[in-house]
Amino acid sequence: MTLLAVERIKLFSTRSPWWCAALALVITVGITALIAANTSTEFPLTVGVTQAFYTFGMYVVLVMAALAITTEYRFSTIRATFLAVPNRISALLAKTVVVSLLAGVIGELVAFGSWGISKLIKPDVNIAINTAQEWRNVAGVGAVFFVGAIFAIAIGTLLRHTAGAVALLLVWALVVESLVGIIPKIGDDIQRWMPFVNGNRFLTAGTEPFPGEPVINYPFGAWGSLGYFAAISVGLLIVAFVVAKRRDA
Amino acid sequence: MIEAKRLSKHYGRTVAVDDLSFTVNPGRVTGFLGPNGAGKSTTMRMILGLDRPNGGDVLIDGQHYAGLKHPLRKVGALLDAKWVHPNRSARAHLRWLAKSNRLPVSRVDEVLEMVGLTAVAGKRAGGFSLGMSQRLGVAGALLGDPEILLFDEPVNGLDPEGILWIRQLMHRLADDGRTVFVSSHLLSEMAQTAQDLIVIGRGKLIAATTTEQFIHDATEDRVRVRSPQASRLRELLAGQALVADDAVDGALVVHGLAASVVGEVAAENGIVLHELSPQRGSLEEAFMQLTKESVDYHAHD
Repeated sequence: MTLLAVERIKLFSTRSPWWCAALALVITVGITALIAANTSTEFPLTVGVTQAFYTFGMYVVLVMAALAITTEYRFSTIRATFLAVPNRISALLAKTVVVSLLAGVIGELVAFGSWGISKLIKPDVNIAINTAQEWRNVAGVGAVFFVGAIFAIAIGTLLRHTAGAVALLLVWALVVESLVGIIPKIGDDIQRWMPFVNGNRFLTAGTEPFPGEPVINYPFGAWGSLGYFAAISVGLLIVAFVVAKRRDA
Repeated sequence: MIEAKRLSKHYGRTVAVDDLSFTVNPGRVTGFLGPNGAGKSTTMRMILGLDRPNGGDVLIDGQHYAGLKHPLRKVGALLDAKWVHPNRSARAHLRWLAKSNRLPVSRVDEVLEMVGLTAVAGKRAGGFSLGMSQRLGVAGALLGDPEILLFDEPVNGLDPEGILWIRQLMHRLADDGRTVFVSSHLLSEMAQTAQDLIVIGRGKLIAATTTEQFIHDATEDRVRVRSPQASRLRELLAGQALVADDAVDGALVVHGLAASVVGEVAAENGIVLHELSPQRGSLEEAFMQLTKESVDYHAHD
């Protein structure tokens, strides 16, 4: 508990988490508002549509999570941390928990903010959250942000450099995972095992695919996909921790 | 007490610390002296568990640093004053440090007061001058009221006022009976603060002794003599001492004899002296002499 308090003080005594949280909210809710305002009978507003742009906020949160650890290396405060808490795994785990929880909270704010603004703009359209699938689609965003943050912290810990970690994360999540599917023959087989694709699958399983969206034959069900995404992220985190423990700070 | 036993560290093929053993005794100020690149910082990082030695071991009161329960209460270290997030306030920086070792928040204000940063405690540390950063680093080191303190080149880059402050701090800490281990590449600086010296060059131990003894051993006394009968005096002294010529004015430089002895020899033999002056070897010269072979990068003339 002490270490969680330490990381909480650290995280909130700089401005970047506040800016990232605000940016994630404004971008996602703003774009959802534009979409909601322009829905029509041909393109109706649904619960799924209100959540379709969660990735915008997620990318910002991935950057925030990676920064939380890379700035420690950048300013050598990681050394001050390891001097105060020589058990490196505990110190890094505490940071992961605090940052991921914040990411989860931002995820819920983004999800319900997007849903709420849609409801305000189109009060006549019924987008009540009723079914378990709809709840998963909205409330699940927090879980995906939480797991994504773990993934980002693992990458940040391994690479230690802000530019490298952020570039890798964004190229991976934005480009690699979506373009790997265009490889002939094997592309689909690879894509269905991609971590962020599976995170997205957890949210969207059971909803109507958007026009033009590729149909992937996933290896797991909705919750299985989330579990798979989490297993990859935690696995990566364990590798990162072992590396951080062994190398010179 | 800090005990290093056969400590080694290499980066690829570069050897930073080579089979280094020494003991830092409790309740004294020990200077850790060596030219730049001698391995002082690497050794300090290994003491603190930041770097992993390739060989050997270093213990603090019989324990590894990593085994200390609340390390900041036992060991305070200032290796680099810039190990602070620039956008975090001085107080927030100390607050998380205090929290990590279960120290009361009131201690943060105490150490801020001690180093004279109370007025700027809420300001972001990135805007601090080097002197202020150094004070913040000292505040961090003193936070847990530790009995052992490590400082790496604490006066580097400071203005005279800052240097004086650090010197007085070292003396105050020693007077409290704390163990202080402070590194420097300046012997003159160490001569003013340290009681014991550990001298290294190229990662190897050169000397481990008291400062007094080190200076005594390292600086040889010479006597400069000018006389119209220089060649006669040279013959008389030749049996007892090493006599050289000063290339500039032809004076004799006598090694290994006190000025009084030289004067007596001259008087007994009726030799006129125009000059008889003892020359004290400088500390820096002595240090250069000792570490000459162990400097990594020589300037070429």
